[in-house]
Amino acid sequence: MSSVLDVVLSSAFLAAVLRVATPYLLAAFGGLVAERAGISNIGLEGQMLSAACTGALVAGYSGSVTAGAVCGIAVAALLGLLLAALRLELGADAIIAGIGLNLLASGATAYTVFTFLDDKGGTSGLKSGTLPTVALPGIESIPVLGDVLSGQNTVTWLAFLAAPAVAWLFYRTRFGFHLRAVGEMPEAAASVGIAVRRVQYAGLALSGALAGLAGVFLSMGYVSFFVRDMTAGRGFIALAAVFLGGLRPWGVFLAALGFGAAEALAVQLGTLDVPPQLVSTIPYALTLVALAVYAWRRKRRGAGEVTAASM
Amino acid sequence: MNESWGDAGAAVAARAVTKTYGNGVRAVRGVDLQVPPGEIRAVVGENGAGKSTLMKLFYGLEQPSSGEILIGGRPRVLRGPGAAIALGVGMVHQNLMLVPSFTVAQNVVLGVEPGRRGLVDVKAAIETTARLAQESGLAVDPVARVDEVSVGMRQRTEILKALHRKARVLILDEPTAVLTPQETEDLFAAVRRLRDGGMTVLFISHKLREVREISDKVSVMRAGSLVATVATADATERSLAAMMVGRDLSLDVERAPARPAGTTLRVRNLEYRAVTGQSLHGLDFDVAAGEIVGVAGIEGNGQTELAEILAGLRRPTAGTVHVDGTDTAGLDVAGHRGAGVGYVPEDRLHDGAALDESIADNLVVDRHDRPPLARRGILRPKAVRAHAEQLISDYAIRTPDPSVPVRSLSGGNMQKVIVARELSAGPRLLIASQVTRGVDVGAMRFMYERLVEARDQGAAVLLISADLTELLALSDRLLVIKDGGLVARFDDTTGLTEKRVGLCMLGVERHDRERLTAGQDSAGEGARA
Repeated sequence: MSSVLDVVLSSAFLAAVLRVATPYLLAAFGGLVAERAGISNIGLEGQMLSAACTGALVAGYSGSVTAGAVCGIAVAALLGLLLAALRLELGADAIIAGIGLNLLASGATAYTVFTFLDDKGGTSGLKSGTLPTVALPGIESIPVLGDVLSGQNTVTWLAFLAAPAVAWLFYRTRFGFHLRAVGEMPEAAASVGIAVRRVQYAGLALSGALAGLAGVFLSMGYVSFFVRDMTAGRGFIALAAVFLGGLRPWGVFLAALGFGAAEALAVQLGTLDVPPQLVSTIPYALTLVALAVYAWRRKRRGAGEVTAASM
Repeated sequence: MNESWGDAGAAVAARAVTKTYGNGVRAVRGVDLQVPPGEIRAVVGENGAGKSTLMKLFYGLEQPSSGEILIGGRPRVLRGPGAAIALGVGMVHQNLMLVPSFTVAQNVVLGVEPGRRGLVDVKAAIETTARLAQESGLAVDPVARVDEVSVGMRQRTEILKALHRKARVLILDEPTAVLTPQETEDLFAAVRRLRDGGMTVLFISHKLREVREISDKVSVMRAGSLVATVATADATERSLAAMMVGRDLSLDVERAPARPAGTTLRVRNLEYRAVTGQSLHGLDFDVAAGEIVGVAGIEGNGQTELAEILAGLRRPTAGTVHVDGTDTAGLDVAGHRGAGVGYVPEDRLHDGAALDESIADNLVVDRHDRPPLARRGILRPKAVRAHAEQLISDYAIRTPDPSVPVRSLSGGNMQKVIVARELSAGPRLLIASQVTRGVDVGAMRFMYERLVEARDQGAAVLLISADLTELLALSDRLLVIKDGGLVARFDDTTGLTEKRVGLCMLGVERHDRERLTAGQDSAGEGARA
């Protein structure tokens, strides 16, 4: 047991938590923005996957990591807009449309990779490079913190900055006011002349873009290739974090960080004498437990600040 | 902010306006209406008479199929509420258009937030709201969350919202439906102050007494047309009602004095601990066969919980409920029905009917499993249809066919389906919640007659309503509920005023326990009976 404690308390583990939590954080904020705009983005998973694939391919063929990242994020944002259009223009159920989007992304990415590279597994044959890390001068000399922070990817820094940014967006900006009003009470927003659909489209594009950044991190953060279905359910876990976090930015931040820590723990425990199959279930089991706790607390407290209208 | 208005004539006007919807329904037919500045104009009419549609045309929510809308003396094309707001038209909708998790101030400024470069200056919003509230006399707490303030304050928030947008015309759609008499008086005082400051007010209402109290002139609509505009001073409730329905109709219910027989409903020491909503504390009351007992109270003081407990939808935490000697406290809904309980729920859209199913199916849901409607577990479609046709004619439900889904019916006819089902079951106890909410005068009168008829046939009726006029017109006895407990009991409703009941609803007048439980047997006997 003491070996487990040693692992958890090491700065290497904390650094791993930041790294592993990055896609959860970004995708969860994406889910949060969409949820608060009144459309559940079940398509997070597919948007991440599409961005991961697009990013690796574009970076590989153009030789520019930046171009890859931008294209990946753009594709995910477009998928967010597509989901919004299906919901708003055609009246499709957001959940069904989201599931469809995920299936489409899974198949389309595999097909695209096979078309370009003749490889069914991924883009490991393509040299696509990784996104840059942030080197803050002098940070490495700080004990513990230096080890944790140094060498983290740009996207990781962005993911952690996203929490205050989303909170600021929601509660300080006009767009955030309108977004929350539209998501909670669209009739009220419309009656004061807010263009409800336009706000929802913008929200879903932002949601997709955040999921896209998460996806780009997966294929271009620490590895430099895309693997088929490499998101491995992270989009759904992020969605769980959205609700576990009570639809509030800092709550979602903590929940996503918690899921990240659980996965990092599973990875670290894999090196010890614990059955790996058992360990790899930790994030998923934790998700179920956390959602049950959340539902139980919600039931006791009554309806929380925001009632999830569409889920 | 407002475009300049022309000097001449009306603040708002309609010129030969007709609105035909896509499905061919003509909601408004050739309406000519002028309302001069600084007037309170009431617009009355039955449900479906077109008054709401006309208001939507003024507020840009709908566009006229032909004719012109004039605001400030000039013809306007209103493409949306934004355009109407810019011209100084504000509307307070019947179901309030506020964001529940936002504060009062945030709701007031929503859409026109103060602040620069895309940011919201929250402090300025609070100051603006406080200043507007001060100037207009509409008291609100700017920093309170809307879902935590009273309905009255929510409504004041809505009016402030319009004032903040520099409204010169204010449309109030059934504003008093959810208010207590005292809150209504406060609202009227504020509306008069606004009028004296030059505001033009369009006041939509069903309640003719209030129309007489607040308005300068009354316009009456019927079947999409404007049938008359009269000075309020020259109108009586009776004459207005006659114009609305096109024939002489009075809402005074003729009813013989009740002849209560033995106790049908006996509630003792009823406790209910609510997770959300209102808990109930130690309720004791009886309802005898052949009497109507009204329950008054500000909405949300436990009426919903009480009704649902008595109907079997919730279980009481403690206490006893007996219906004709059957202990129903532990029974499920079917058990309650078996004991002879009928229930007209307050929210007919959610709890009263399966909206997408046919009238015929909705009329048999409580009796589909037994003869004559079913034989050996198989429904007999012919019997179901005959049953529906019988009730449709008995209860004057206006529909082309029993197979029509309930959703397509008007509010009044939908309610008739539910009342027909519940009363035709011949209940010993009828729980009737907000029976006439949102139904028109004709259907209202029909419901009243049916309730009295059920009483005279020996049913015990518990009538829960937010409409004091209705409670006083129908109740043989009246109870007042506040914060989940009974606070007043009137065994004789003759001469009882709305004002006095209103004071009880607010807790100003309270009756002692002796008066509340007078003439009741003890809990122990009740349990053994």
